[in-house]
Amino acid sequence: MSNFASLTHMRIRLALRNKMFFFFSIVMPFIFFFGYLGFFGKSVPAGAAYFLGPVLALNVMGSFWGLSATIVMFREQGILRRLHVSPVRASDLLASSVVANFALTLPTVTLELLLARLIFHVHTLDNLFGILVLVAIGTMSFASLGLVIASVTNTMQETQVLNQLIWLPLIFLSGATFPLGYLPRVVQRVGLFLPATYLVNAFQQVIVNSASVLSRYTEIASLVFWAILTFFLSMQLFRWEPETKIPRRAKLLVLATAIPFVLLGIWENRTDRILRESQTAFAAFESALDSLRPAVRMTIQPGNAVNPASKSPP
Amino acid sequence: MGNAILQVESLVKRYGDVEAVRGVSFSVEEGEVFGLLGPNGAGKTSTVEVLEGLRTRDSGRVSVCGLDPQRDSQALKHEIGAALQSTALPDKLRVMEALRLFASFYRRRRNLEELLERFGLKEKRHAFYSQLSGGQKQRLALAMALVNDPKLLFFDEPTAGLDPQVRREIYDIIEELKRDKKTILMTTHYIEEAERLCDRVAIIDHGNLIALGTPRELKTRSGGTTRIEVRLSKTEPNGTLRNLEGVVDARELDGMYVLHSARPPQTIVSLVKHLEAEGNELVSLEIATPSLEDVFIEMTGRRLRD
Repeated sequence: MSNFASLTHMRIRLALRNKMFFFFSIVMPFIFFFGYLGFFGKSVPAGAAYFLGPVLALNVMGSFWGLSATIVMFREQGILRRLHVSPVRASDLLASSVVANFALTLPTVTLELLLARLIFHVHTLDNLFGILVLVAIGTMSFASLGLVIASVTNTMQETQVLNQLIWLPLIFLSGATFPLGYLPRVVQRVGLFLPATYLVNAFQQVIVNSASVLSRYTEIASLVFWAILTFFLSMQLFRWEPETKIPRRAKLLVLATAIPFVLLGIWENRTDRILRESQTAFAAFESALDSLRPAVRMTIQPGNAVNPASKSPP
Repeated sequence: MGNAILQVESLVKRYGDVEAVRGVSFSVEEGEVFGLLGPNGAGKTSTVEVLEGLRTRDSGRVSVCGLDPQRDSQALKHEIGAALQSTALPDKLRVMEALRLFASFYRRRRNLEELLERFGLKEKRHAFYSQLSGGQKQRLALAMALVNDPKLLFFDEPTAGLDPQVRREIYDIIEELKRDKKTILMTTHYIEEAERLCDRVAIIDHGNLIALGTPRELKTRSGGTTRIEVRLSKTEPNGTLRNLEGVVDARELDGMYVLHSARPPQTIVSLVKHLEAEGNELVSLEIATPSLEDVFIEMTGRRLRD
């Protein structure tokens, strides 16, 4: 327990001294925050509320990126070797990574919620507990994904390529950047196989409709299950030494992390529950904009709509 | 001899098809500085990493502080301290933070202020790891190995890559630890280091232990002879130099003739006479007192230099 605590402390301290962390985890989220809530949400409460979910989801999901890079760097520089000869266990190190990540995400998220309330007058934040539960579950699950990525890649280049390959679909096909209801039907169907889609939807339902945590049991249960699975997998695959390369077939184990959401995706594609929910939310958002400013029309037809892609993510 | 704190018997370590350690046996007594001397890639680091519990062994019996590094690695890690080869700390970690972090991992802890003082890091306590010089980094590595007041210290190539002045600094530190009766197992490929610091030395080559003893024993084992290296203007037929007075052994190495003599003055006189008679000339002559290098050359026919 004490090893875990002192490692967590060290990780938080190191992150706060890191310029890259400052940019990607503090500056970037606020660029997204003001861009989405102010510009795409037209600075009206309903619009801001609609986009707060995707902004929080992006913030939370980004944790896997920096985490995988840090672990791989620690391994390449022999920092993990040094820890290995001390009584530190792999589980201490991995758990401290996840918890430090959560602790580092919390202030940004809190500030975003506060600003949403004060500047954009989002009044549907009464389920603060629900939002924080989702932030916790989201950071823990995506941080665990980062740990798996760190374990299945041998060099920093490999890590960054894999991060890119995972990050792009996660943010573009899940409703985190383009609203899911706005995307073509086929893309929506593909999005149902991604954990990010469930995180975005849960955030939106809790923020826009003040849904209770318990009512989001599908999203929460699947993300928690996924977090446990990926964390367990990262412990199995963890390597202290840069010399021990991961066998090619062990890399396939990373596909195991996809299983929960492949199954859930098949189920959700049959019931269409999530898609209906996100379409209702999107329609409500549009009509809110319509009624407030009849002069500005935003239609669902692609091509005419404001394209959020012009603000491209990292 | 005293109590063995570490025992290795027929240790074998393989990486795939490569046998890095081929049945090495030795033991380390409490309070001694024991050196593994050999060229790079001889299997020293592999041996040490097995003993530290970082790697599994393929066969052989190993006992460190009464524990099996493979089975009781967690318990063992509380008893040992190590300065590893090719290791680092995060750039933005401060000296004192690093010591505190590592001290927090152990049940038994030493006074960290004392360690800072002793390793000359007091003024650097708030410096980032990235701001330290090579020597300071190495001193910090040694200090970190001591945070748990370990029963046994492992120093893997403690001076590799350091310039000579810094190297002597590290020697002073290790000599001080030696005065404190600390038990140390160190690896090195520097002859000077092994001769100066180690109570006993095991010479390792190609994963085999080829000689073991105190530096003095090993040198006398090499015949207690003086090495005379000569360069000649013309080649000498094989074996003629062996007949000179006092010569025990003569061989050609890197274009030189290396003579081992029990009575150097007589050998030199008879060498000069012999060359005069043959019409050959002396290009250079060098006399070296016996060193562990000779033992290595004798056993392997190669020099130990990297």
